Amino acid sequence: MTNDVRAEWPLYEVFVRGKRGLNHVHVGSLHAADDDMALRHAHDVYTRRNEGVSIWVVQSHLIAASSPDEKDPMFGPSNDKVYRHPTFYEIPDNVPHM
Amino acid sequence: MRDYYRPIGQLFARDLPEDHMSVTTTELEAGFDATVHRGDRIEPRDWMPDGYRRTLVRQIAQHAHSEIIGMQPEGGWITRAPSLRRKAILLAKVQDEAGHGLYLYSACETLGVSRGELTDNLIEGRQKYSSIFNYPTLSYADVGTIGWLVDGAAICNQVPLCRTSYGPYGRAMIRICKEESFHQRQGYELLMTMMRGTDEQRAMVQESVDRFWWPALMMFGPPDDESPNSAQSMAWGIKRNGNDELRQRFVDMSVPQAAALGVTLPDPELRWNPERGAHDFGEPDWTEFMAVVRGNGPCNAQRIAHRRRAHEAGAWVREAATAYAASLASADLGVPAPTSADASQRETGVRA
Ligand SMILES: [Fe+2]
Ligand SMILES: [Fe+2]
Repeated sequence: MTNDVRAEWPLYEVFVRGKRGLNHVHVGSLHAADDDMALRHAHDVYTRRNEGVSIWVVQSHLIAASSPDEKDPMFGPSNDKVYRHPTFYEIPDNVPHM
Repeated sequence: MRDYYRPIGQLFARDLPEDHMSVTTTELEAGFDATVHRGDRIEPRDWMPDGYRRTLVRQIAQHAHSEIIGMQPEGGWITRAPSLRRKAILLAKVQDEAGHGLYLYSACETLGVSRGELTDNLIEGRQKYSSIFNYPTLSYADVGTIGWLVDGAAICNQVPLCRTSYGPYGRAMIRICKEESFHQRQGYELLMTMMRGTDEQRAMVQESVDRFWWPALMMFGPPDDESPNSAQSMAWGIKRNGNDELRQRFVDMSVPQAAALGVTLPDPELRWNPERGAHDFGEPDWTEFMAVVRGNGPCNAQRIAHRRRAHEAGAWVREAATAYAASLASADLGVPAPTSADASQRETGVRA
């Protein structure tokens, strides 16, 4: 019974901004009854040593994700568009600053 | 498998070759093996062999339980720490161990088990934890010895696990390893302070080291030739080093630390072997190890009983938080929450 209650606490994913100027980065997950508690827990679990200046939490089931099986069709097309990379273009060595 | 993400991959399915649905297990297995062989990580939604998943669940759960149970031997000394400084340090250390348990439980949950299941498995004895935590902490010096030797052995075990093949496990280990160094150093510093004290304090340190040395060596597990799952775990990239190799590394690191501290290690066979460039040392008592693993150590029953008590005593907090969250959610929707607490509030027309 007590475990049923615990299992019902939703799973949250935690994102921490390490310092000003950096993106929030995924650091792990935790369970909490609501958003406030998730933030509180995220603070205690993931930032005990100034690991961050800002925390995001989001319920895991709200994240839409690509599937690893679709890796090729989803990310494959950019591989044959080599002209999107700077190294595709030949510039003579005597042209500076490029 | 944990399926909380809403896959949108189907959007791209039209680009797949016609027969993409007929990928065979052999092909999946070959893809998995190639990823592991390249030293790439396996991530939660990748295909993986059942045995790999089972082995990881067992190992990560056991590891998580060890962190959680591992709070107890030292936790008992928090109220009896000799100064505010030592008390604050010990509190922070024990709190870290709780954090380590939580990182690992969430890594384990990515493999499709629930937190509730894992807690049940621990308090009903279906999953194990490190046998080291079934030894009692009889004197305050044990707090130092645990930091030095037990966290020290844990570091030896854990550093190679940062490169384990399962992504979430490796990332949890990286966070943990960053914090373990504080654990070992505070323990060693505590022992150094006691060694600078009275004869009685020095004797306490020696007596504590005598008790913990052999159980610390056992933390690396049985010898490789008696550890049947080791070879498969290495092939899967879950483990990177054998038990004996890590044990040797730990002995070689500890000997000069013991000398600097001024304590002896309780092993008459311990000596430098110039040919091997390593220390020879005696064999731990594996009969004792097996007895403790099977539940007959000095503190097994006490540790589990305490964990169960804490879990049950927390039930009302979990229930109250769930009810409160439900009442907030229903307040958002303008619908009364279906809890008894909320029902009584409705009668008075008040809602939090
Ligand atoms: Fe730990
Ligand atoms: Fe530790």
